[in-house]
Amino acid sequence: MAVSSSSATSTVMNNVEAVRATLYEALKNDDRTVILGEDVGARGNVFLITKDFINEFGPQRIIDTPIAEASIVGIAVGMAMEGLRPIAEIQFADFIYPAFNQIVGEAAKTRYRSNGEYTCPLVIRTPYGGGVRGALSHSVSIEALFYHVPGLKIVAPAFPADVKGLLNTAIDDNDPVLFLEHKKTYRLIKGEVPDGHYTIPFGKANVLKEGTQLTVVSYGLYVHWALEAAQKLQLEEGLSVEVIDLRSIRPMDKGAILRSVEKTRKLLVIHEDNKFGGIGAEISAMVAENALFHLDAPIRRLCAPDVPAMGYALPLEEEYMSSPAEMADAMREMVKF
Amino acid sequence: MAKTDVKTGRLERHGLSDEQLRALLRNMLLQRQLDNRGFQLNRQGKVPFALGSEGHEALQAGAAMAFNRGKDILAPYYRDLGLCLGIGLSPYEILLSIFARAADHNGGRQFPNHYSSKAAGLMSFSSILAAHIPHAVGAAYAMKYRGEKGRAVLVTCGDGTTSEGEWHESMNFAAIHKLPLVMLVENNEWAISTPLEKQMAQPEIWKRAKGYGMPGARFNGFDPIETYGAVKEAMDRARAGEGPSLVEGTCYRYLAHSTDDNDMTYRTKEVVQERRKNDPVPRFEALLVEYGVMNEKDVETMRKDVLRETNEATDAAEAQPYPQASDLYTHIYEGAWEPWQ
Repeated sequence: MAVSSSSATSTVMNNVEAVRATLYEALKNDDRTVILGEDVGARGNVFLITKDFINEFGPQRIIDTPIAEASIVGIAVGMAMEGLRPIAEIQFADFIYPAFNQIVGEAAKTRYRSNGEYTCPLVIRTPYGGGVRGALSHSVSIEALFYHVPGLKIVAPAFPADVKGLLNTAIDDNDPVLFLEHKKTYRLIKGEVPDGHYTIPFGKANVLKEGTQLTVVSYGLYVHWALEAAQKLQLEEGLSVEVIDLRSIRPMDKGAILRSVEKTRKLLVIHEDNKFGGIGAEISAMVAENALFHLDAPIRRLCAPDVPAMGYALPLEEEYMSSPAEMADAMREMVKF
Repeated sequence: MAKTDVKTGRLERHGLSDEQLRALLRNMLLQRQLDNRGFQLNRQGKVPFALGSEGHEALQAGAAMAFNRGKDILAPYYRDLGLCLGIGLSPYEILLSIFARAADHNGGRQFPNHYSSKAAGLMSFSSILAAHIPHAVGAAYAMKYRGEKGRAVLVTCGDGTTSEGEWHESMNFAAIHKLPLVMLVENNEWAISTPLEKQMAQPEIWKRAKGYGMPGARFNGFDPIETYGAVKEAMDRARAGEGPSLVEGTCYRYLAHSTDDNDMTYRTKEVVQERRKNDPVPRFEALLVEYGVMNEKDVETMRKDVLRETNEATDAAEAQPYPQASDLYTHIYEGAWEPWQ
């Protein structure tokens, strides 16, 4: 599994290996942990994340479910209410819609509606996002459909070390967590991952690159592209852009965003999800409410156009998605505003 | 009604003692009284909403008697007053829910009849039909996974709920994994204003069990003893590790869906009166007298006792405070919560 080991205390792995390693440790450490979802058994999920788990942990803990998303999540809610620590998998984020009520109406409200008598310690993992020629039904971003909901936590890590630390936090959490894994980053993104058990708290953004002329807030795949664009602008044009990786969408790190905006006085939010009603709208409103008079330029959002999905044909996918070049253009325009 | 044993001429009791038979009647009388109380309080303007289970008394009392307190788990729906009473909730707890007081298990957050009690093994549930059924399946999975012997989950719903996808998905999963689960359908022929014939083309719900690979049975839900027998058999099978069952009790909803519903917009008084001739409460009173389990005076005493208990519970619950406005902000997540960190 490990690509190479650069030190005694960390291992280089990609995002999908980090997910696999973290799930494996969770199963090893706590026999209340079960994984349920479509094809998670002998196939090891369609990305082979849980491959061979069924041989070691058995079909009672690695549960191949019928193709029925509402009940995958619903059964996991019941398991969680009754003392297990289920990790439910939705094969692709696009398939999560039948489970919407179980996530929003049930899991997120279990603690609240029972006045704290019942809890729902549940992780729902799902691969999301485009850039893999996944067409309409294997490419969506779903975060804006869920981040409106108190009672639910949403995490979208971009780096392998964050994948492990945040997934451990999600598994330990006594509330439901929607854990979003950008599928294009699965094998593309590699990095050092500390060995042993560690956690990263939710609601703590990561400043990936310090800068003074513009704040860029992003998450998931686009964090990598935004960082690439910002570094290129620094190197080639001397522009100083600060890049923030949110890591968790709910809770979201208000302090990190405001501190940065108060320093750079300009804000660009970049995300892959649609612009209308997206995470960028919430961040923009929050900054307008809290730091309007620190701003030297209108807030800008670089997001997907308001069309239902990216198409399968390459030009349709490329038109839908932003590129590092487009991101660099937006950054340059804002710095020079 | 309960059959007479062919050999002895005695009441077919399914092993129920006189004491248990009296407890069945007491539960039924209490249900009737608490139903009345909810509707009265609504008409007095003291509570905004009430739900009734009139017509379900025998079914719920009988099913509750097949439940092992302290061991089994109940995942009920919103018309399960008698089941919740039967597994140990008190009239006072029922009235706390009706009055939405702070001391209610859910702190006055949910509609009346949405009980929960971890101590009683009663799972919290919402008003969304069928959403609780996979939860029951998950709980049954947890029992089986932990190797707990002699425990089962009793999950209930009305006939309308069997149209929901999650009902089907849950039956399928429970059968695949041979889970200790009993699916009890309380077929009262109405889903608010939608009658059975518009809900399904094949109105014998129990027959669907075969399609999922589990046993199914139908029983007369107006008879608490027959209900007990059918549900007990299914629960025992589940507790013995033999897998899930689908049992269907036939009954009738005498009241409107709720205090917000006018059932005269979709059925007639005459039809309801005709169906009231089957009312399980007076019939079971008469049966217990006929079989010498109680005399008429005993029945009268029990009725008075139940009314007194309901009155006392009403006064005690009404005297309790509402939740504080600040309680709106608690139990969203573990610990304190701010929308932004």
